[in-house]
Amino acid sequence: MSLVLKDLFDGFRDPATLQALAHQIEQAAARLSKPLRIMEVCGGHTHTIMRYALPQRLPKNIEFIHGPGCPVCIMPKERIDQAIALAQPANHILVTLGDMLRVPGSTQSLAKARSQGADVRAVYSPLEALSLAQQHPDKQVIFFAIGFETTTPMTAALLAQTEALGVRNLFFHINHVLVPPAVSALLAEQPCHIDALIAPSHVSVITGAKIYQPLLARYGLPMVVSGFEPVDVMQSILQLVEQTLAGEARLAVQYSRAVDWEGNLKAQALIARFFEPRAMFRWRGLGDIALSALQLKAPWQTYDAEIQFASLLSNQPIDDHKLCICGDILRGRAKPQDCKVFAKGCDPERPLGSCMVSSEGACHAYYRYAKVTQIEVEVR
Amino acid sequence: MNRIQLSQGGGGLESQALISQLFYRYFNNPILAQAEDAALMTLSGSLAFTTDSYTVSPLFFNGGDIGKLAVVGTLNDLAMRSARPGCLSAGFIIEEGLPYADLERIVGSMAQALQQANAQLVCGDTKVVPKGAVDKVFINTSGVGQVQCQPAPGMNQIQAGDALLISGDIGRHGAVIMAAREGLDLTTELQTDCALLWPQVDALIQAGIHLHALRDATRGGVAAVLNEWAQATGLGLWIEEAYLPISEPVQGLCELLGFEAYDLANEGRMLIALPKSQVEQALSILQQLTDSQQAAYIGEVRAAQPSRVVMQTAWGTQRILDWPKGELLPRIC
Ligand code: SF4
Repeated sequence: MSLVLKDLFDGFRDPATLQALAHQIEQAAARLSKPLRIMEVCGGHTHTIMRYALPQRLPKNIEFIHGPGCPVCIMPKERIDQAIALAQPANHILVTLGDMLRVPGSTQSLAKARSQGADVRAVYSPLEALSLAQQHPDKQVIFFAIGFETTTPMTAALLAQTEALGVRNLFFHINHVLVPPAVSALLAEQPCHIDALIAPSHVSVITGAKIYQPLLARYGLPMVVSGFEPVDVMQSILQLVEQTLAGEARLAVQYSRAVDWEGNLKAQALIARFFEPRAMFRWRGLGDIALSALQLKAPWQTYDAEIQFASLLSNQPIDDHKLCICGDILRGRAKPQDCKVFAKGCDPERPLGSCMVSSEGACHAYYRYAKVTQIEVEVR
Repeated sequence: MNRIQLSQGGGGLESQALISQLFYRYFNNPILAQAEDAALMTLSGSLAFTTDSYTVSPLFFNGGDIGKLAVVGTLNDLAMRSARPGCLSAGFIIEEGLPYADLERIVGSMAQALQQANAQLVCGDTKVVPKGAVDKVFINTSGVGQVQCQPAPGMNQIQAGDALLISGDIGRHGAVIMAAREGLDLTTELQTDCALLWPQVDALIQAGIHLHALRDATRGGVAAVLNEWAQATGLGLWIEEAYLPISEPVQGLCELLGFEAYDLANEGRMLIALPKSQVEQALSILQQLTDSQQAAYIGEVRAAQPSRVVMQTAWGTQRILDWPKGELLPRIC
């Protein structure tokens, strides 16, 4: 693997560029007739916004609403309990991506289950699940698949290989979720506090920008598909302000260095071969949303852990703590510091709600980068 | 292949053979050669005493190994209290089946590091445990050294107005270990920073620099040390993000795995709190030494924002630099 990654971010954190953009946004935003409330859908953007403290350089009438775009944060507790249940039998190995380990289910996390003897493996690449299955023919290996449209192709590729090699002891617990239905559910609610959208570029590298077209048609609000570096986000904000001032609602692609309209058609075909929309998926913090996640198609049910190990799994919904206001945060009705238990009863070590779970959740990002209050800007 | 066996830790003939053929050969010095139950030494003045255990995996990594680490790490802890490298003890817990050549290589790099530091290994212990009871080899070292500054540098001397320096680019040791565990091939680009800090500390003391506090930024990286200082002193530590030296390969790895360089471990980097008036002098001394050419001013201590570490970004925004949390795990999307 080559580590010349500099090209990907070089220049996209440049202070002079950021200053110039901040200045342009300030001038443009002065002409807005009311505050512009921008939802950044993806947790990666939330992380960038907080890590680089962008709000401190933005005028007061630009507000952020931190969206539901973190696949770890939105995983309902009952599905984590399912992962833990699948890890229990002595002949099972549960394989998942690292971030999942710390997420608490109703009684414990996968990391805790592991420390108590369950065989839980964290991997970087889904393909490692296949080698584990091959190394342990006497065991049932279950891949707990998570992620948005970005990671679905990797799971599909793993399925294709599993089938091609005739491996029979690898199963899939599918938790792949879809961005547009979740955003649509938020936009459909009344009153809606969202005026404009920043959509994640890495999703569109796979799906193309086209997946947002129905949202645009239905809700008519400015949207930009944006990269994750601070310059990307600032450029996107400027575009959204300009669209608003011009009274337009367009779907713009800021991250044109890798996103086009159609996306990666090969990956899309691979996904379509194995997956179909699930009638209903429960999002932690948002509740049931129709057609917002994927499941394996009927011909692949022999690989489906939810079907093959159904007797081990409960589907009983488990709610978050009653003081948790993640749902309101995701809807733009509240900020993390409005929560009574923020940074008191709830912190990244012992999260009570979904937004505190991974570094891309809104509460976690506020906790990590701003602690209880936004720190004051001090002039040297 | 010649491998370590349980009998070589049993205290009998085989143990004796291992000790005399390996340990005495490499660590040879008059105090160790007394071969009694305890080493006798004559010490005077104010002493610093410390201990640390080393369990790094893999044992061998780019630019070092567990042996070098076990000597350098403990001597660095002494140096942070202005103590000159003195005497060391070493305890080895070896897993049955460890290749003899690996053990010899580890002992060899310990001897080399001791020689470089002008320190002596004066007593030791070896245990061999059944397969699976430890992972390959764990080493504990303790060290004693003579304190050179009165008062010795410590957190209690940090004051508002102090400047903060880092002795070189950060995160390399953590990045090397992480890359090795992930099977990423970084062979030429990235080496651990594992190095003795005493030469740097000594040079600063000789030049009359008032070292208010020193801390080597090992586990938890620079972020952990800064937070510890902020909390212990009740002062605000204001860091300029752009001044923190980070090499390109480390930054690249952080991008790839979703880490921050200031959370990654270092084994040859220290943070220094000192009077602002001595910053230029201290930097020019450090920058002349091989291992601290990239030493840099990174920020200052203020009364504002008590007990917090405030990171100032290159474009004038500010945020909190928090403690590193939990197991270091990468983000996934
Ligand atoms: S601080 Fe915790 S409990 Fe409160 S909204 Fe955030 S995640 Fe929920």
